Amino acid sequence: MSARALPFALALVAMALVPLVSTSPFYVNLTSQVAIAAIGALGLNVLVGHAGLNSLGFAVFPGLAAYLVAWLSTVGGFDPVPAGLLALAGTLLVSAGFALVALRTTGLGFVMITMALCQIVWGAAYRWTSVTGGDNGLSGIARPGAGLGLERPEVFLWLCLCVLALALLQLGRFFDSPLGVALRGSRDQPRRMNAVGYDVWRIRFVAWMLAAAWGAAAGLLYAWYHQFVSPHMMAVTASAEVLLMVVAGGAGTLAGPLVGAALVVLLKNLASIWIERWVMLLGFTFVVIVLVVPDGIVPGLGRLKGALKRMRPASGPTISKLVPREGADG
Amino acid sequence: MAFWVSQSLNALALGGLLFMLASGFSLIFGLMRVANLAHGALFMLGAYLGLATVKAGFGFWTAAAASAVLVGLLGGVIERTLLRRLAGRTLPQVLLTLGLAFIIADACLMAWGGDPMRLPPPPELSGAVRVGDAVFPRYRLFVIGASAAVALGLWLLVERTRAGAMIRAAVDDVGMARAVGVSASTLFTAVFCLGTALAGLGGVIGGPILSVYPSLDQDMLPLALLVVILGGAGSLAGAFVGAYAIGFIYTFGQVLVPDLAYVILFLPMIAVLSVAPQGLFGRRLG
Repeated sequence: MSARALPFALALVAMALVPLVSTSPFYVNLTSQVAIAAIGALGLNVLVGHAGLNSLGFAVFPGLAAYLVAWLSTVGGFDPVPAGLLALAGTLLVSAGFALVALRTTGLGFVMITMALCQIVWGAAYRWTSVTGGDNGLSGIARPGAGLGLERPEVFLWLCLCVLALALLQLGRFFDSPLGVALRGSRDQPRRMNAVGYDVWRIRFVAWMLAAAWGAAAGLLYAWYHQFVSPHMMAVTASAEVLLMVVAGGAGTLAGPLVGAALVVLLKNLASIWIERWVMLLGFTFVVIVLVVPDGIVPGLGRLKGALKRMRPASGPTISKLVPREGADG
Repeated sequence: MAFWVSQSLNALALGGLLFMLASGFSLIFGLMRVANLAHGALFMLGAYLGLATVKAGFGFWTAAAASAVLVGLLGGVIERTLLRRLAGRTLPQVLLTLGLAFIIADACLMAWGGDPMRLPPPPELSGAVRVGDAVFPRYRLFVIGASAAVALGLWLLVERTRAGAMIRAAVDDVGMARAVGVSASTLFTAVFCLGTALAGLGGVIGGPILSVYPSLDQDMLPLALLVVILGGAGSLAGAFVGAYAIGFIYTFGQVLVPDLAYVILFLPMIAVLSVAPQGLFGRRLG
């Protein structure tokens, strides 16, 4: 455990030290964005990497949570913390309802339904102007923790990193647990899992709710970070960006979403300095990733390491750990 | 009364456009098990290409034909050079078509700018006719008829021709179809061309009604997905029924409860999925 946790701890500490190295709030805020995106990507990875359910509507979870906290703390007049808790509960409630629809299918049906669900909520946020503010969104969301200094970028970053650490710990334990193993079983061999007595639907439901919970956490942090929400956070591109983080980093690995989130957020921010066409760059990144490193960066590096090891004269037979998984794609 | 008649005709026109978009998507899906998420972007590209052709001084019909051919060719190139490498791998296919959708959409924005533009209907179809006590644009009647003609043509193609028999055979069992001499490779490319050409044609035909604007793809693709979810992937009959169902629900939703028109689309989806997860006419998909 500790040996495996070390790189994560180092990465988190390095991110936490950014405010000490750089005085410019730009890099501190960029690190916060990476942390928030990574929390969301870790959530989606439960579905894509471990449940084999490719969701193209993940942005609905952070979107719902962000809109709920925004509405509760501005129009509703709640304090930030109770508003956040209510938003979390509300998102989980709606997500459970969505699960009843989405989990009727798998494979491509699931892709289409999650995309449609997200578009429907996006449409509500966009059109139901009297409640959601339409295209203008809702602004003036207060950050929680008066007196803790959360309005300062570095303190907010540390909050994001605490949540990220929590997500890594919880998900790392979950993936190692019997339930996590059963989840991967339901991904690779759903019918056999059913035959040996596992309730595949309930296992998938747990995965869905776990993804929703971490998505909602990312949404809360997003709302508090920007202090503003708009329908764009639920657009197709938003869901696609999270999916790109997971796939680019390596679906099914714990480090992959972190690497992918850093890659996409940095790419997006740096690209916006030089070129205007983020959407086109995003599209090309998809095509390149799919054609060049379809398994993602983290497994790709692992395979590279394995290949280098094999090139050295081996003292005994080595078994590559990276046997390609069957059925990982669909 | 006039309100119901004219809105029903609007719903039929939208349903017809959705059929042109969703039938191609559904054919490709049924044959190749590929969800072509670039379909909405190709629809929009078709509309922009049609607009450009009209602006270059050609007629509406030339524009429709040119768009269908160009978009169909682009589809063929995508299938041959990119999608083919990813056969049988769902997630990479989804990501690839999504990436292409972004590239096409952004290229349209780059080439034609962000302002909504109107594609004028052909002069012989401008003006309006009276249906009972309702006044109705002549062009929309044409759209209703044209989409019905496309539906009939597709049905004849799939059910009554040799090529259609090959398509049906390959949908049921590609391996067996290959074994008895169907060239599945050619068939895949041909169906992908046909499906994307229908999207391009739909874009031009829909241009005068929907107008042409940068997020047209993001408005149309979810509707097409809903059509396919409702009707069942891979089924022409499903696409037909689903398209008109969504056309009616969306049109009346927008008029009666404009704030929640999108949310109302959710209801038929729940109703159908709770009874038949594979859609009304679909087969079960893994």
